[in-house]
Amino acid sequence: MKHIKIHEEYCIGCRLCEINCLVKHSHTGKIIKAFKEESPRAFPRIRVEEEGCLSFALQCRHCEDAPCVENCMTGAMRRDKENATVLCDEEKCVGCWMCIMSCPCGVIKREKKTRRIASKCDLCGGVDEPVCVAHCPNEALTYE
Amino acid sequence: MRDPFRIPSGCAVSGILNLDGTHVSGEKIIRSIEVMHERSNGLGGGFAAYGIYPEYAELYAFHVLYDDPLTAKDVEAILKRSCTIEHSEEIPCKETENIQNWPVFKRYFLRYRGRSDCEDDEVVRMVMEVNSGIHGAYIVSSGKNMGVFKGVGYPEDIGKLFQLEEYQGYCWIAHGRFPTNSAGWWGGAHPFGLLSWSVVHNGEISSYGINRRYLQNFGYVCNLQTDTEVITYLVDLLVRKHNIRIPYLGAVFASPFWEQIEKMEEPKKEFFTSLRTIYGGALLNGPFSIIVGFPGGMFGMVDRIKLRPMLAAWKDSTFFLSSEECAIREIAPSLDRLVALRAGEVISERVGERNSHGQKLTVSGV
Amino acid sequence: MARSLLFPEFKIERDKERCIACQVCVRQCANDVHEGSDTEDTVVSQEEKCVGCQRCVNLCPTNALTVQTRKDGFRPNGNWEDRHLRGIYKQAETGGILLTGMGCDRLYPVYWDHLLLNASQVTNPSIDPLREPIELTTYLGKKEEKLDIHWEGDSPVVRTRLAPQLGLEVPVIFSAMSYGSISYNAFRSLAEAAREAGTFCNSGEGGLHPDFYPFGENIIVQVASGRFGVHRDYLRVAAAVEIKIGQGAKPGIGGHLPGEKVSKEISRTRKIPLESDAISPAPHHDIYSIEDLERLVFAIKEAINYEKPVAVKIAAVHNVAAIASGVVRAGADIVTIDGIRGGTGAAPQVIRDNVGIPIELALAQVDERLRLEGIRHHSSLLIAGGIRSSADVIKAIALGADAVYVGTAALVGLGCHLCQKCYTGKCNWGIATQDPVLTKRLNPNIGRRRLVNLLRAWAFEIKEMLGGMGVNAIESLRGNREHLRAVGLSREECSVLGVKAAGEGW
Repeated sequence: MKHIKIHEEYCIGCRLCEINCLVKHSHTGKIIKAFKEESPRAFPRIRVEEEGCLSFALQCRHCEDAPCVENCMTGAMRRDKENATVLCDEEKCVGCWMCIMSCPCGVIKREKKTRRIASKCDLCGGVDEPVCVAHCPNEALTYE
Repeated sequence: MRDPFRIPSGCAVSGILNLDGTHVSGEKIIRSIEVMHERSNGLGGGFAAYGIYPEYAELYAFHVLYDDPLTAKDVEAILKRSCTIEHSEEIPCKETENIQNWPVFKRYFLRYRGRSDCEDDEVVRMVMEVNSGIHGAYIVSSGKNMGVFKGVGYPEDIGKLFQLEEYQGYCWIAHGRFPTNSAGWWGGAHPFGLLSWSVVHNGEISSYGINRRYLQNFGYVCNLQTDTEVITYLVDLLVRKHNIRIPYLGAVFASPFWEQIEKMEEPKKEFFTSLRTIYGGALLNGPFSIIVGFPGGMFGMVDRIKLRPMLAAWKDSTFFLSSEECAIREIAPSLDRLVALRAGEVISERVGERNSHGQKLTVSGV
Repeated sequence: MARSLLFPEFKIERDKERCIACQVCVRQCANDVHEGSDTEDTVVSQEEKCVGCQRCVNLCPTNALTVQTRKDGFRPNGNWEDRHLRGIYKQAETGGILLTGMGCDRLYPVYWDHLLLNASQVTNPSIDPLREPIELTTYLGKKEEKLDIHWEGDSPVVRTRLAPQLGLEVPVIFSAMSYGSISYNAFRSLAEAAREAGTFCNSGEGGLHPDFYPFGENIIVQVASGRFGVHRDYLRVAAAVEIKIGQGAKPGIGGHLPGEKVSKEISRTRKIPLESDAISPAPHHDIYSIEDLERLVFAIKEAINYEKPVAVKIAAVHNVAAIASGVVRAGADIVTIDGIRGGTGAAPQVIRDNVGIPIELALAQVDERLRLEGIRHHSSLLIAGGIRSSADVIKAIALGADAVYVGTAALVGLGCHLCQKCYTGKCNWGIATQDPVLTKRLNPNIGRRRLVNLLRAWAFEIKEMLGGMGVNAIESLRGNREHLRAVGLSREECSVLGVKAAGEGW
């Protein structure tokens, strides 16, 4: 399975990955509408962590032994059989946040403003290149 | 009727060398070059002949063209500074059907008075001085026991004008001109001569600008604004002054590509790398096929990607070079061997070295 | 503090319809021009600090930003241009020399743009580079006047040992830009690109960081008046050594790297104390004459065992031809000439814009002078200072250069937008800065790829032009001014350039 690789030495902290992730997961998929018209605003599944000159964009690592999958009581958090991606079935998610409690990387977020569901990276649904990678201006994220 | 809107096909060159040293008249070479009439346009033709002045074989034979005969005394003053004029005369010309006007041609047989190890350099210097300094006079050849006959017209007419059937030489070179880069004037026709070198050329040298500047480094002054002149001087520089042998001129004038040099084995690779690195300014770029005459021999070569035609042929003890096969077949209908020169290839033959079967020849006096 | 009389040079327009307040611009501006808000979805800009580098414009995901030079500034005046007024205001405020970066931006004639190239028609077939080889391979270094050949039977024995040469696959070298003036990542991009493209980059006068020693075969190291980072291994690891006498952007003066830029790594590379100013004296204090230069040339040749070429770089000044001739005779294997439009990381503006001459004229005169003296083959000619395209490269070669240096063009390839603020150390593109937040912005993997692409593209274009002229080896164009014609130049200029006017035949 391909992973998003993080090269923190080239992360410039611009957060274009966050912006484009949000757009990708918005209703319209159009950047200006996603920000200015959609309410509630979509939620980015990637987050840039920053301190001083160090910064990097973090999103779900799709762990081999994913604790979130093991700890999900409804079976909403599951591993995709085809491409081994860890996905959250939003229909089944009841918002118990066990996944958030158990995630070692802290990359699952509550979409609290909108719905009580766990929100996490879905690798853009199996595209050739997730949008965070495609829009990183400095190749600080690669998909390999 | 000839169509007046023909597309230029370039010049014609032809050469004959008797490997056994037999002397023949100019009649054959005129016939050969005449066959390629279509390759020239009447704006220039000429011949070089070797072995034609056996009685003055030790002396420099200067053929001088006078557009302005009054400059003769200036030219003679320059010649007399370091040479003694042993004999001089007007070169006999005979009016032909197509040529009624021509400039005065004189020939001088000169004995150099200075040290023998620098006489060639002194002759080169004199030629440069006259050709770049005296307007109205032009030295067309300056070798020993050879001479250049050239002018504006079709080569066969020029041959008749100079009555070349009256001369006996062991090597003849001819050129029919279709000028593209310089106006047709008598001095601008081919062959170009310096010392005993004579060069005929079909093509255009795109590297002319740098070849000319490269030669300036070594005291050669190019004043004709034509590329054949630079070839002549480069041959003189490389062979006479820099000790590069004729078969290796191709490595300079039409150098192999770096990719080919990379694949060579040592020491050949080092030799070719050195030649190309040092003599980059002498690389002749653009299309050319040339025939060069020198005492006792003749060689032909074509450019590095073969953009002009050139064939070599052997029959008994005669060696031929020509732009077209027809020009050889005209004077030697059956041949022992006929080859087309490959890109960058030099084919050189000398009197007495071998015949077409690769055997050494015994020759009496050239 | 009295109020400044200056007003912003740039006008920032933010399209409110498009701005999504994502704050990318805020995060990317090292000059703190843009300011966001934690509570509201708005971003405002403070134009006084804007340098016009276009970083925010480039990264704005909605194309909401436009940064333009303010045109409605001073009252138009044919004599007093904006730059004069701005200069006076600034100097009246600070009492200092006006600093700037990059090359001269004044409207002096650019002679490249007055030279036109030749092509073959009918009499000489042009060559198609897609079908036939066209060679750009170039060797820099002293060439013997003749090959000393001795014949053993029919086999040649060469007695001449070729002087050390630099072999280039494309006649373009990245010019001297020191680690210090540019970032580690910028230097790494240049070094990796040089290696991949078969050419060289120049260390500049800032020494060579140990990480770049493995690139030595593709690096020309510089010895300048400050002698920063010069030691035995530095000289020996390189492919060639260049003695820097002068620089086109600031002929006659030395360099200055402010202490703030002298980080731990730079202090280590330059062999100077941390945070101390790195000041290169105006002259080399061991070179007060041409014979002193000769000593340094040969001292370096001794140090490198005569195994590599030694270059000498001078700025194009009025008497450049005679100076170059002296430099050749002092033993330089390569003479580098840097014209008035040559770039810099920092120079007094008055010097950059007023001292020196255009490289085209200097090149034409130096090449001609060396040929007249019969010493052109003693040295190769490398020129620098304002080469912007493959057309400039090929024209330089036709005028007589063996190869060219590109500095600004390479930086532009890396993202530089010529804001001319290199001396501030706040390069938003991560090129001319040592700030770790900014240097990250240049990913050397991208940098290398872009530079290799640039050289590849230029090489293709040069081959197309050569093929059009019917020339299949670059040496046949070198110094071949018959392939150049001038338009819109005076007789004097044509004569200085040694080029005929367009319309004149051979």
